[in-house]
Amino acid sequence: MLATAPALRDETTVSSRRARVARRSYRGLFAWLYLLPVLTYLVVFYAYPLYRNAELSLRDYTVRSFVSGDAPFIGFDNFRTMLDDPTFVPAVVHTTVFTFVSIGFQYAIGLALAVFFNRSFRLSGTLRALFLVPWLLPLIVSASTWSWMLNSESGVVNSALTAFGMPQINWLTSPTWSLTAVIIANIWIGIPFNLVILYSGLQAIPDDVFEAAALDGASGWRTFRHITLPLLRPVSAITLLLGFVYTLKVFDIIWIMTRGGPSNSSTTMSTWSYELGFGSLLPHFGPAAAVGNMLILVALVFGLVYIRYEKVQASR
Amino acid sequence: MSHPRLRLIGAAVTGLALAGTMAACGSGGGSSSSSAGGSSSYTFWDPYPQFDGTSDWVKLVESCGKSAGVSVKRTGFDTSDLTSKTLLAAQQGKAPDLIVIDNPVISTLADAGVLTTTDDLGLDTSSFAENLTAAGVLDGKTYGVPIGANTLALYYNADLLQKAGVDPASVKDWDSLNAALAQLKGKGSKGITFSGIGTEEGSFQFLPWFWGSGANLKDLSSSDAVSAVNLWVDWLKKGYAPNSVINNTQTTAWQEFSAGDVGFVENGTWQMGNAQKLPFKWGVISIPAKAGGAAPAPTGGEFVAAPVQKDNGRYKATEKIVSCLTDPANLLTTDTTLSYIAPIESVQQQQVANDAALQPWVTAVGDAKGRTSDNLGTNYPIISEQMWDAFQKAMTGSASAEAAMKAAQDAAAAKVK
Repeated sequence: MLATAPALRDETTVSSRRARVARRSYRGLFAWLYLLPVLTYLVVFYAYPLYRNAELSLRDYTVRSFVSGDAPFIGFDNFRTMLDDPTFVPAVVHTTVFTFVSIGFQYAIGLALAVFFNRSFRLSGTLRALFLVPWLLPLIVSASTWSWMLNSESGVVNSALTAFGMPQINWLTSPTWSLTAVIIANIWIGIPFNLVILYSGLQAIPDDVFEAAALDGASGWRTFRHITLPLLRPVSAITLLLGFVYTLKVFDIIWIMTRGGPSNSSTTMSTWSYELGFGSLLPHFGPAAAVGNMLILVALVFGLVYIRYEKVQASR
Repeated sequence: MSHPRLRLIGAAVTGLALAGTMAACGSGGGSSSSSAGGSSSYTFWDPYPQFDGTSDWVKLVESCGKSAGVSVKRTGFDTSDLTSKTLLAAQQGKAPDLIVIDNPVISTLADAGVLTTTDDLGLDTSSFAENLTAAGVLDGKTYGVPIGANTLALYYNADLLQKAGVDPASVKDWDSLNAALAQLKGKGSKGITFSGIGTEEGSFQFLPWFWGSGANLKDLSSSDAVSAVNLWVDWLKKGYAPNSVINNTQTTAWQEFSAGDVGFVENGTWQMGNAQKLPFKWGVISIPAKAGGAAPAPTGGEFVAAPVQKDNGRYKATEKIVSCLTDPANLLTTDTTLSYIAPIESVQQQQVANDAALQPWVTAVGDAKGRTSDNLGTNYPIISEQMWDAFQKAMTGSASAEAAMKAAQDAAAAKVK
């Protein structure tokens, strides 16, 4: 290749206008050819599935028409079915409560631990590593362990409660407690993620700011309130946004622990979507896709809010 | 040769390779049935991922293919995945030649036009027990044959029952069962455990009590149906059953029973192997009906069926493979491996001759009833969904049994065809 390069230059100097034009269109072609792999990837793995999901939610799919592919277009009827379903309002309420309560606790506990570990002390590395365990375990393991611990009759949590003279709680089998039970498990699983990101955010804050504050006689709380928190704002924003998107679509923990039950008391939008699509012997593809699309839209809205927030921050 | 031309060739090669990959993706899809001229390769899907190439089951499948003069490419899927995988494959015209699938799914697939009838296949179904093949009958046409059946009965902890002074033979109807449970509770143990979870598994476990009350799936709000729900609700209220039944799968119910503190567990034929490992004496009785006698339990177990193929010529070998798999000698091996009861009477007798402990299960399978029988077909899943929601509401106390079953009947009636 290198050997041909000088020859190429000679050729260029004598080439006609037509050849240059041809070369330019070659270039354009090459540009597209190099883009082809990534475009193919985007179309096959992102655009097409999204398009199919939108299409599923706008057609009346039964098992028969799913196979024959002639499902009639019904506009927004699936969305109407979804809105009219008695499960809709509880599912929205549960999703909202589940998401915001989980994130609130995960962030608060994660931040507290990050601040705690930011002052390096002996064994702090080991301890921090231990806090990562929930993140490393496969979800099926942690969710099964939680459901075993929260078992009404033989769970360790209830044994502990009765040992302290408190009444036994039907964590997973009572409609009043099942949502709480899955939220507790989800908070535990989400803490490490918050801890890791917030900790690295703290590490990025220069030490001299804290030194200056200490010299000015700022108390621990005031340092945290007026220095740590404001300097951590960008990191916090991305942690909360990512946490929001993750938590919104949490499915496995709830499904393994309660199947969204008893009688839908811990059903969220994601478990409902799965239940509609695959939970019974007869799949309801249309409404399931409609619920899934709702979730995507909500996540998208929050993503846009985040981008807007970034722009405002950058322009300041 | 100039530089750009070299690059062009390179790009063209890359492009061709890419196109080739995509074409391969488009036509492959894991199915060899569509490969041109490859009619001697048959695809076979089953829900037994626990078996690999060295197992008796897979060897049998392959040898049946060989004797039909074709090679069989077998894939094991998770049971819950198989329905959607099959529907998807059928949509793309790449359905496997044969599937082994959970019996209530047959009517759904048949309704979708995915399966051929046994008539089209030229398969003789007369030797199979009629109450078992019924699950695969839709509008008078048969869409597959059972490969093995299982059903539910009550396992009991003989040591615990003896301590409480309960004779298992005395449990003949609901009253005598309740009396036995009360005695067990009096001795400080739990009476019974089962799976009352809000999924198809819960409905499966509820049906023996539902049918045993005399109720019919076409009317969930009948007084008989409500009495079946109240039976479960009362067990919880009186402390005969642990609260965990609301969330139990059949496996967790079995684990509770294995711990040795529960008198009875409602569970299936498939636990026979695990029962041998129990640290206490145990036995099996059939589930009693309200007024006495054995209640009809739902049939579990899989069917072999043949999805529709574009090329009718393929059915001939398919029929041979199905006949081979359901040949009495082969059924005996298969159903012993799977811990199932054979769907053919002569094989059942052989099974009992080999293992007398199977007798109560053969009787139970004889009394059993398919969930999609009575021509319920694809209406069954709709009714079942409402039913499990109703007994869950009643057991958690968020509605009375009457109100819950009334609401379930109204919702089901609005949705069935």
